[in-house]
Parts: sequence; structure tokens; C-alpha cells
Amino acid sequence: MKYKDYYGVMGVDRKASAEDIKNAYRKLARKYHPDVSKEPGAEEKFKEVGEAYETLKDPEKRAAYDRLGSHQPGQDFRPPPGWEKQFGGGQFSFDDLDLGDLFSQFSGGRRRAGPGGGKIRVPGEDYEVTAHISLEDAYRGTEVDLELEVPEYDEQGFTHRVRRAFKARIPKGATDGQRLRLPGKGGKGLNGGRDGDLYLNIALHPHRLFRASGHDLFLDLPLAPWEAVLGASVQVPTLGGPVRLKIPPGTSAGRHLRIAGRGLPKPHGGEGDLFAMVQIAVPTAASERERALFKELAEASTFNPRGHFGEEAAK
Amino acid sequence: MKIEQAMWLHERHELALEELCELSGLSETELRELVDYGVLAPIDPDAPHWSFRADRLLVARSARRLRRDLDLDPHAVALAVALLERVRDLEMELRDLRAKLPRRQQ
Repeated sequence: MKYKDYYGVMGVDRKASAEDIKNAYRKLARKYHPDVSKEPGAEEKFKEVGEAYETLKDPEKRAAYDRLGSHQPGQDFRPPPGWEKQFGGGQFSFDDLDLGDLFSQFSGGRRRAGPGGGKIRVPGEDYEVTAHISLEDAYRGTEVDLELEVPEYDEQGFTHRVRRAFKARIPKGATDGQRLRLPGKGGKGLNGGRDGDLYLNIALHPHRLFRASGHDLFLDLPLAPWEAVLGASVQVPTLGGPVRLKIPPGTSAGRHLRIAGRGLPKPHGGEGDLFAMVQIAVPTAASERERALFKELAEASTFNPRGHFGEEAAK
Repeated sequence: MKIEQAMWLHERHELALEELCELSGLSETELRELVDYGVLAPIDPDAPHWSFRADRLLVARSARRLRRDLDLDPHAVALAVALLERVRDLEMELRDLRAKLPRRQQ
């Protein structure tokens, strides 16, 4: 069995009072609670803290933990002889048990509420996983490979962590931040309790061209100055293949041209729209002839793009 | 390998009060408290059997975790959940506004 340093995880001394341990837990829980924290790895850290606190807050569990002595975190160790008696069972192997799982079943010598022993229905644990998918996958629907480590029970009622791999189908219509539920794919229930669920949180990879806002997509559309002035018909990429878009004459930069139904499909039918956002691009290295033509245009035109500045700009 | 079908947690799906309790791990009393404090709203508060939009399950689950892990009383849970909802709404608005910002500045 691998040793876990619960005092180290909580950042308290081995002689810390119950009050110190409670205060340390509250502080760490505020910092790492997955519903509140934005810190990377917060969920893992919070699990460690929760597991440490579950053992250290209970005087009997804490005493049993202290009897294990002090080892390096992650170091393989064997508990002192007879230590397992307080788990209510007979002889068992510690080899592949997890210390946290073991303490969650600690009974201080009373009979354990294992699968055979207890009668209380305990629902299986729910899990949350983030599935990172591309915009193309969201458009077409996709399958993702998932791997979870879930607790399962042996005949003696002890928990063992097992890796479970499966494929989940994400129907088309997903967008960033959307949630899906896979019923029964979480931890196993105990004594007839229902199996936990798996919640999938969809996160879209950034795309080279499109940005998603709900089911609408936004695309930068650079136009040459003459295309913006004279109007044009340009080819625009969409997730379903290129389309031709008519640019009306006199199109200004910043205008959104809506291409209906070319966004992401919605889960219950219909599609979002694609918005092409006009930018006016200018040639960085204009040729002699281009410069001459622009010069001629500048002389011929009475257009004042800053007319709305009014008097103040003229001062 | 068997392919598991995922279900949307979408505002178009509905969950009955009992289902919401079972899936979130909240008791009926706790759930009714969240409704009283205005954190959760049933689709029709006057209906004899309450039902909720399926995406409310996320709020209910969050409430249960906060209550269990941070040892909060119902008022504090309601406040925390309301603030988290607000943060989520603002993050979504920020993401939508970012989508509308041109990426290539000329």
C-alpha cells in the first residue's frame, strides 16, 4: 500500500488540534473547490484535501492513521500487525488497496457496511470529465474515448480502483460549455443504490478561422478597398463547404454580413448563423501603378471619412 | 467497444422534482429551500407536480457539493450558487463578445 501524508496535504503539524485541522480544511476548500476555483488542477487537489480531512477530522480514524507512523508520500509500506482489525474484516492483502478508500470504510472494529453487510443503499459517485473537441466534430457529431478510474467492490466489500474505458457518442449540436449526461457511467452503487452518472463538459478547441458564440459562428472577412466600394461576389469558407457571398457596394469595415443557417447545428433542429465580419485590407507593398491610381482617386474624391469629428478636429 | 449515447442537459428537456433530487443528491426539503431562496425556479410554480429545465441539474449539483464540502448553511448555499450563476453568465457573455472581436487587426 502506498503511503499518503495527510498532514502534509493539509499543511498542518502532526500535533495539530481538531480546530486547526478544520480551519486548514476550510481555507484549502475555498481555494480549491472545483465549483469555485479556476486554478489548474484544482479538482485533483481538492480531492486530496477532502480525503485527508475525512480521515483527520474523525478522532478514531486519525488515531488509526497515526499508528501507521510517518513515511514518505508514495512510499510502499505495511501497516503494523493486527492494524487491519479495526476494519472489521479478517486477513486481507494491502497490496492494491488505496489508503483513502480503506479509510472511507473504516469502522473502528464495528461491522462494515460493505455490499454484503450493510443494508443502506448508497448511490454511486458521479464524475465530471471535459471533452475537448474540434469545431468540425461539433458540427458533424463525434465519438470520444473516455477513461475513468472508478471504485469497485470485492467480495469482502473493499474498494479497488479500476480503470474503465469506453466510447461516448457526442451528437451534433454541441457547443462550448454545453453539458451532456451519460447515465450510469459513474461509480457503481452499493446495496442496490443507483449507479452514478458521468457528466461531460464540452470544450471547443480554438479554430483557425471561426469563433463560436453559442451556435453562431464569426469569421473575419478581409476585403480589398475596391471590393468594399464597388461590391463583389466572394467565396467564403463554412463548416459545410465554401459558399459565395454577395458584398453590396459601399460595404464598410466592421459590418456583419449574415449567412443564414451556416453556423453550428442545434440539438433540437435548426442551425445557428455564420457572420462574416468585414475588414478592409490594404496591400502592404503597392506597385507603382497601384500607387498612381490611388493618387488619382485621392485627388478626384471628395469623401471625408472623418466628417463626423466636426469642428473640434478642424481647430 | 460499445458506444455510449450521451444525453443533452438542455433547457428543452425537463426533469421532475423527484428526478432532480435523485440526480443531484439533494433531499426534497433542500431542493424546496433552493426554490424558496430563488436559486432554482420550477417551470410552472403553480403546477401540482414541479418540473425543472434539465440544465438546472448543474445548479442543483453545485449546491449539493458546496453544502457538503464547505459545510454551508442553506442561506450561504443560496448566495454562493447565485453568485456562481452570475459569474457563469458573465463568462458566457465575455466569450460571446470575444467571438465578435476581429482577430486579425489591420
